[in-house]
Parts: sequence; structure tokens; C-alpha cells
Amino acid sequence: MDLLNAAVALANFVLIPATAYGAQLALGALGVTLIYGILRFSNFAHGDTMAFGAMVTVLVTWLFQSLGISFGPLPTALLALPFGILGCVALVLLTDRAVYRFYRAQKAKPVILVIVSMGVMFIMNGLTRFIIGPDDQRFADGERFIISVREFKQMTGLSEGLAIKTTQGITLITALVVVAALFWFLNRTRTGKSMRAYSDNEDLALLSGINPERVVMITWIIVATLATVAGVLYGLDKTFKPFVYFQLLLPIFAAAIVGGLGNPLGAIAGGFVIAFSEVTVTYAWKKVLVHALPEPLEPDSLVQLLSTDYKFAVSFVILLIVLIFKPTGLFKGQSV
Amino acid sequence: MSDTTRNSVYFAIVALLIIGTGLLQSWNAALFILNMGLISAIMALGVNLQWGFAGLFNVGIMGFVALGGLATVLVSMPPVDGAWSAGGLRILLGLGLGVMSLVSTVLLYKQMQPGRRRNMAIIAVLLIGFFAFRAVFDGGVEAVEAINPANAGNIGGLGLPVLLAWPIGGVLAAGAAWIIGKTALGLRSDYLAIATLGIAEIIIAVMKNEDWMARGVKNVIGLPRPVPYEIELQSSPSFVAQAQALGFDPVTASTLWVKLLYAGLFAVVLLILFLMAQAALKSPWGRMMRAIRDNEVASEAMGKDVKARHLQIFILGSAICGIAGAMITTLDGQLTPTSYQPLRFTFLVWLMVIVGGSGNNLGAVLGGFVIWFFWVQVEPMGHALLTFVTSGMAEDNALRAHLLESAAHMRLLTMGVILLCVLRFSPRGLIPEK
Repeated sequence: MDLLNAAVALANFVLIPATAYGAQLALGALGVTLIYGILRFSNFAHGDTMAFGAMVTVLVTWLFQSLGISFGPLPTALLALPFGILGCVALVLLTDRAVYRFYRAQKAKPVILVIVSMGVMFIMNGLTRFIIGPDDQRFADGERFIISVREFKQMTGLSEGLAIKTTQGITLITALVVVAALFWFLNRTRTGKSMRAYSDNEDLALLSGINPERVVMITWIIVATLATVAGVLYGLDKTFKPFVYFQLLLPIFAAAIVGGLGNPLGAIAGGFVIAFSEVTVTYAWKKVLVHALPEPLEPDSLVQLLSTDYKFAVSFVILLIVLIFKPTGLFKGQSV
Repeated sequence: MSDTTRNSVYFAIVALLIIGTGLLQSWNAALFILNMGLISAIMALGVNLQWGFAGLFNVGIMGFVALGGLATVLVSMPPVDGAWSAGGLRILLGLGLGVMSLVSTVLLYKQMQPGRRRNMAIIAVLLIGFFAFRAVFDGGVEAVEAINPANAGNIGGLGLPVLLAWPIGGVLAAGAAWIIGKTALGLRSDYLAIATLGIAEIIIAVMKNEDWMARGVKNVIGLPRPVPYEIELQSSPSFVAQAQALGFDPVTASTLWVKLLYAGLFAVVLLILFLMAQAALKSPWGRMMRAIRDNEVASEAMGKDVKARHLQIFILGSAICGIAGAMITTLDGQLTPTSYQPLRFTFLVWLMVIVGGSGNNLGAVLGGFVIWFFWVQVEPMGHALLTFVTSGMAEDNALRAHLLESAAHMRLLTMGVILLCVLRFSPRGLIPEK
């Protein structure tokens, strides 16, 4: 029995990966929830918006790498990120002008907008595949680890190692910065307040002279930024593959709904709830339990509740439970 | 121009497109488009039932189609020797335990007073149930998967005629639809969409990972067929004589004949389902459905049980998708879980319904044929277009190579553009609802 080693193993295999994944999901869910709050529909194209933003970043990263520009120990992708955001903002604003604005003027039902977003999803997905292809792309460079397993073992003398990947550190720091900036913007600036007013009560906001087209435009810009950041961080941490972003749609929606659609704070909480449950349910607990339990109780099997391939099932079950018992989500969102 | 002439013109154009494919490319390609077009039309009918009649937004069609495919394997493959005695019964027992614990959870939730005692009881039942399920189930799975893993490793099927798998595929899909409908119907439309999207992904994940059922990603090949094999036809003297009398080479004739037989079978199913859907649309039941779709509150005030009716039509529509799924797998002769892609099996079907005209059965059928034709033909068309555009570039130009290589992805782009254009300029589709 060795609780210290158990804690290190737990941190290494569960806490750190789940936190990084949770931050990525939270950024994605924030985008979904903002669109839901302002434009009032569930955006099925969000996963592919993430993929598109990440793709532009990947292309610019490759350009920088070929020019010999690097960011020291940090991945070059961070330098390319602003260009990715610009590309994504341009595409999203173009989409809004060409597609969504027409339905806004018509005051179309939300479900029509969802179908429209399906069409946009097709096009964005096609664009991404057309430009970069459907395969895995690697674009991470720089130092791989902040602390590697060997360094940690030497430092502490423990038998269990702890590794923190650079990408995990960057994910957390970037997510914190982005979220802090977003909340500062929503709560402190005039434009942010007008966005919240529009989301709370459209008619009152219009009466008090808020320009709806401006609110919508700023929302899209923020959403494109969030989506690109989330997409790039996910791609750095794992790998960039267009189809994976489509599949991320389910956990992202689950996170947004669990937190309460339309509620930014809820989206962040939801992201971490989904990420931690996915990782804990699909993790093989043997290693932790061998350290944590006294000898006679040590398990022989892997103690894995579900195989990793069922991680979608986890977010889905959480989603169902929340939908049945608390359809407005953990934090009060605007639902049903 | 009356509706009838307009519709006949539409279908005549589809027929011309298919015949044109036959003349320009090959008759095998044309019949392939026809066969999958028939199946697509059936899927579109199912989705039209849900969306067009009742306004239910189901984006989990892929899951129901895949369940139909699974039914084909479970019904038509011969049982694997010794699998049932080795672990099949144990697997069933494990699944039974799992279902029992879920049912008792629901019962506890309904019977006990809300409070801490109920929560504790539910958590206890779920935990005990889960570990009992894993303890029984895992052993059975291991035993079954150990049997001849290179060729089998699954429990096989019932060895029944493959045509029986079509209705059973529908029943399987209907069962899944019941579970999802019970939980997600009655919530707002976006939630149903996300719930169905999720269930489809989970069904595919189960099919990929539960090797004992249908070999997972190792695929099941060589499914029994409802029509003769080409090789049998080629060795039958009477068939060869007939083919030569008609001026066909026996090998081509056999492949064409097999495809034609399939087309006949599919057409019969499509016709039956179409007539049933038409009857349903014109019946009081169909009018009630549309009334509920157009104004739920008013229909509820008139004493209609909105939730029960929604559940009913959700199950019916999903069952039709299940039947179509079983037919696809029968046509392919193999079950490959990795081939189920949401863009191809969910969103494409949606496109068919919307382009054809939601709420109109004839429109759904037309949409099925038209969109399927373009789905198949956009790739060669895109390739030709890009070859033309890049013809001025040098042979080894990197951009030209990339563009030609990416021609395959033109499909998604085109489908998205079609969907957006139809929604914008003709939201009622080619054949609008009356």
C-alpha cells in the first residue's frame, strides 16, 4: 500500500489528461452555447468550424516551419494561431452573410436553422477535406514535455512517473486566458453587456436601441475565435483529423446541455464534467488500485469499467440523465 | 401543368439519367445506381414519415440502418459450431441481468418516495447489477471469441432465409427507437437531434467492438443471398444459351441478371411501403399527425395524445430505416461496421427528403433517386471538371496533382450547396406537400 504512488498514478493517467480534455471541450461548448444564446439554434457545423480553423492554423504552421520561424520551446502553431482565427472568422462571417442572415430576417423556426447548419457542416467538411485531405496531420513541434516521466522519477524517487506534456500545459493556460477574456468582455464591456441583453430578451434589447446585426457579428467573431483555439489545442494535444472534429460534436453538445444551453459558465462546468466522467469510466484502474489498496485486496483484472471505444456512450448517458431529470442543465440555461 | 404531368416528367428525367449512365458508362453501373436508389427511396420514406408527417428531427438514421445490417448477420448466417454451448447462453444470461437491473432501477424510481433512501437504493442496484453483468457477460464473451477466431469468433446467426432478415431488421430498429423515443421525445427538437446523433454513434461503437456478435471490425463476409450466384448462372447451359440468343456475353449477362433480380425485390418492398405510407397520409391518422406537427398545443387541447403519437411515428419511421439497412447489407453481401459514416447514412438521407419535398411520399422517393444519382456521379463529374480546369497547367504541377486528388471530396461540397440552395429557394422541395 502506497498512497503517494497511487496519487501520482491517478494524476498522471486521469487528472491531467482529463483536465486538458475538459478545457478543450469547455472551449468548444462555449461556442455552441453562445450561438444558442444569441442566434437561438444548435449549430451542427461547430465541429467542422473547429476543423476549419485548425486547418488554417496547420497550413500557416507548415509555412512558418518551412521558413525556419519557430517559437523556441513552444509549438510554432501558437504563432500561427492568430492567422487561423482570422481565416475562421472570415469564413464564418461569410457564411452568416450568405446563409444565416436570410433566415434571421424571415424569423425561421430554430429547427430550420439546425437543418441549415447541417448544410453548412457539409460544405465546411468538404472544404477542409478538399484543402488538406481526410488524413491525420502532425504539426506539433517544440519541447514535448514540461516534466517527463524520467525527470519526475529522479526528482522525487517515486516508482510511479508523472508526465506533463507541453500541449497540456499550453491548453490549460490558453483556455484560462481565453475564458477570462471572454468573461471580462461579456460582463464589463458595453458590447458584451448588449450581447447578454440581446440573449436575455430580444425585444427589450431591440427597444433599447441595440443593433442586432452588430451583436450577431460579434458573436460569430467570438465563436470563430473560440472554435479555432479549441480546434488547435485539441489538434496539438492529440492529432489533427477532420473526421475527429465531427465526432467531437457529441461530447461538446453534451457539455453545453449539461451545463445549461446559453449559459457560458455552465458550458465550462459541463466540459469538465463530461471530460472527467469519460476518462474515469474508461480508465483501467488497476495501477492506481494496486498502490492504493492493501496487498490482499489488489485486483488481478484491469478494473476498467468500459472499453475506451465507448467514451461517447459516457457523454451520451450523462446527457440523457440530465435531459430527463433537469432539462435546463446544472446551471440554469434557457431550455425547453 | 398539372401535378401528375409534372411528377411524371421528374421521374422520366430520373429514368433518362439512369439509362444515360447505362449507355455512356456501363449497364452494371446503371443498375447499381438503380438498386441503391430504390433503397435510398425507402430510407427517405422512413425519414419523411418522421419529419414530413410529424416534424420529428431524427439525425440518428445511420444507427437504425446499421441495426438492420446487424439483423441480416444474426438472422441469415449459419450458427457457429459450439459457440452457443461455449458461451452463448452465458452472454444471454449476462445481458438479461443487465436489463433486469435497469428495469428494477426504473421500478424503484417510480415506486419509492423521493429522498435519500431512494437514491441509495438506486445506486446500489445499479452498482451490483453492473458488476454482476460484467462477471457473467465477460466470461461468455471470452469463450465465444476463442472459437476459431480467424474465421468466426462470434455466435453466428440463426441460419434462416435472408429475406426474413428484412422485417427483423425493422423490428430491431423499432426496439432501439422505442428506447430513445421514450427518453428524448417530448423535449425540444434540438435535443431529440442530439440524442439521436448520440445513439447512432453508440450503436456503431457497439457493432465495432462487440466481436462476439458480428465479428466487429473483422467484418462478416459471404452472407447468404436471396438470388442465385453469378457463377451458378454462368455454369447453367440454359442461361448461357439465352444470354447468347440475346447477344450478351454470359459473364456480363449473369451480373446484370443478378442485379435485376435484386432490383425487382427492392422495388416490391418500396412499392408496399410507399402504398402503406400513402394510405397512412390520407387516413384520419395521417391528418391527425399533420395537425400535431402544425400546432401541438391545439391538438393537445383537442384531446390528442401528442407524446404517444410521436413515439408511434418515430418507431415506424425508424423501422423502415432498419428494413432499408438490412437490404443494403444483403445487397453488399457483407457487414462492415466501419463503412457506416454519418454523412453518408444520416445527412444524405435528410438531403433526399428535403430536396424531394418533405411531407410528400412521392417527393421522398424522387429525392432518394435524384440525390443518390448525384452522390454517385458527382465524383466522376468533379474529376472531369477539375481535369478541364487544370488542363492548362503543367503535367507535374503540384497544385494540379492536389486538385485532382481532392476531386473525391467534391461530393460533400456539392451536397451542402444543393441542400442550402433548396432550403433557400425552394424550401418545399421538388414535389411539395399538398
